Amino acid sequence: MFNYTMRRLLLAIPTLLFIALVIFLLLELSPGDPMADMPLTIPPEIREQMRLALGLGEPWYTRFFKWLYLFSVVEPSHVLASITGLENLAIDGQRIISFQTRSPVGDIIAQRLPQTLWVVGLSYLFGILVSLPIGIYSAYRQYSWFDQAGTFVSMVGFSLPTFFTGPLLILIFSIWLGWFPIIYDTTLVVDSWYDFALQMRQMAMPVFVLTLYNAAQITRFMRASMLDNLTQDCVRTARAKGLTERVVVLVHVLRNSMIPVITVIALGIPQIFTGAIITEQIFRVNGLGQLLITAIYATDIPMVLTLSVVFAILIVVFNLIADLLYAVFDPRIRYD
Amino acid sequence: MHDGAVPVLDVRNLKTVFSTRSGEVHAVNSVSFDLRPGELLGVVGESGSGKSVTMMSLLGLLPSPPAEIRGGEVWLGDTDLLTLGEDGLRKVRGREVGFVFQDPMTSLNPVFTVGFQLTEPLRTHLGMSKTRARERAVELLELVGIPDARRRLGDYPHQFSGGMRQRVMIAIALACDPKVLIADEPTTALDVTIQAQILELVKELRQKLGMAIIWITHDLGVIAGIADRVMVMYGGQVAEHGPVRELFANPAHPYTRALLQTMPKIHGARDAKLRVIEGQPPVMGRHPESCPFMARCAHAFDRCARENPTRRDIGAGHDVACHWDHRTGEPVQDLAEVAS
Ligand SMILES: Nc1ncnc2c1ncn2[C@@H]1O[C@H](COP(=O)(O)OP(=O)(O)OP(=O)(O)O)[C@@H](O)[C@H]1O
Ligand SMILES: [Mg+2]
Repeated sequence: MFNYTMRRLLLAIPTLLFIALVIFLLLELSPGDPMADMPLTIPPEIREQMRLALGLGEPWYTRFFKWLYLFSVVEPSHVLASITGLENLAIDGQRIISFQTRSPVGDIIAQRLPQTLWVVGLSYLFGILVSLPIGIYSAYRQYSWFDQAGTFVSMVGFSLPTFFTGPLLILIFSIWLGWFPIIYDTTLVVDSWYDFALQMRQMAMPVFVLTLYNAAQITRFMRASMLDNLTQDCVRTARAKGLTERVVVLVHVLRNSMIPVITVIALGIPQIFTGAIITEQIFRVNGLGQLLITAIYATDIPMVLTLSVVFAILIVVFNLIADLLYAVFDPRIRYD
Repeated sequence: MHDGAVPVLDVRNLKTVFSTRSGEVHAVNSVSFDLRPGELLGVVGESGSGKSVTMMSLLGLLPSPPAEIRGGEVWLGDTDLLTLGEDGLRKVRGREVGFVFQDPMTSLNPVFTVGFQLTEPLRTHLGMSKTRARERAVELLELVGIPDARRRLGDYPHQFSGGMRQRVMIAIALACDPKVLIADEPTTALDVTIQAQILELVKELRQKLGMAIIWITHDLGVIAGIADRVMVMYGGQVAEHGPVRELFANPAHPYTRALLQTMPKIHGARDAKLRVIEGQPPVMGRHPESCPFMARCAHAFDRCARENPTRRDIGAGHDVACHWDHRTGEPVQDLAEVAS
């Protein structure tokens, strides 16, 4: 298993390099000019100098390899330095600079990450916690009113996009009822119970919207997986052994059903970072998703490239984790 | 009903009905049989004749809905299992009655070790400690002939061959020393040599432990080899029943006679054709008032359509549910039923 993991990690490197190159070239070919936002009164020769200062004068391969070096060595060193608090770990010199804000992308991402983790991460966690029991019970009592209601709600949650449910909630709860703020205030510092209550209130709607969506997906999956396993021969054996219904369902059936569900949950984790782009935009949560959108609008190539490659890394890594979890939970699977 | 010892299991007029979209299916229609201590009762009948459903009904193992037990009594010692609730039945399953199912590939849970699955009934029913249960599990695996038992407790089912898995299933069924072992086609999924080994094992275990066994099979050859008595089922009913030698020597029901003729004979003529029973198996529940075998029966006459035959005693512990008398080749005159 260790060898397998190592081999997969090594194989991931060329994959990611290729992904990075493709994204880079796509951005290269795409229309748009980072200078477009500059006042038109700037004379053309100054404009050209500004372009050169942004590094846009060099051939694409030079820029790609420079970016690659900064991305894989310099930026991680700064991240490491701020995590460990050891300032001298950071490599001095040039960093990847966002065209839009003129600050290092690593720092901006580090600033935005907590918002995303709080709102999107929490809704993923809630989604899991809500959906597993519902999925299990729905399957166990298939076609009961509970199952019918659960299936209906999850179908609604699954098919209504967050850009519909989001504005709907804003309309009802912010505009009509006035219970929750429309805009997420990122500058809020929680140091009193009052601020904590404010934080809860502003998180309520985005977290609810995303929880509904996540829970809907995982519930459907959990239910289907339980239904697959409830009719297995080995479940009949467990009953014939005289085990209680509780043990039969929550040990024998659930243990089998969790295998695919756990992999799906692991595969969904990168979406915590990427998938909430729309929801963050709607509720003005300035997390990573919103960062990516604004960077795209501003043709902030270094930011878009860096964020996209970070997302790609997350996806590749969690794919590997999902595969490894599969082997951990299913004794029939052995990777050598 | 029969002379001799008090039966360990006495089933009377068991009726199980499935409610389906297209109406009710009378999967078990007034089935009665008994099982005496230490005896092996063979149950034969074609696919869909209700063998499994009968046995599952005894212990409430059928999902309800769609299954519903409409009536009857199932006496295990002096309790009627049908009057026990789910909690009561649970104490009987695996404790008093052990089950072995057809497919050893799927009957064991793939994600738990054999040791875990084997110690579960011991800990549930007998309240054994973990270590005590493991000791007993080693004994059980040795009893069913699994070499290197102690080490194999930590293995998963996929690490065992089909025959070995069926041995594990038998060990699980016998874990709490049940009075009755119900084996539902335990060798059908295995190849012939393994099948023979499992049969030997069961014969041996029966002598050692003395439990009564119900052995369901399609294979009349197997029945002839191990059973004391045979019950032939057709269309959810008992067609014929009797001691094994008697029944094989004097089959009385046209279905049993046809079944015996379909058996290929080793010493038979080279060019003898493999016989089949003509016609389709019955759709149960369509005409509960007529004989289910009527459509395929060479001897059927008007009474068969009007009246579903009840079992009548024909001597030597042998009874048959048929209006036709195999001895005279004529419809039966008197209506001596099996007293029950
Ligand atoms: N869940 C169910 N719903 C409806 N009908 C069922 C159900 N399970 C079984 N039956 C009916 O009960 C009848 C008896 O089935 P059973 O499994 O007892 O047959 P069997 O004699 O064990 O056959 P086999 O030799 O193939 O195992 C079948 O004909 C089937 O129509
Ligand atoms: Mg069967």
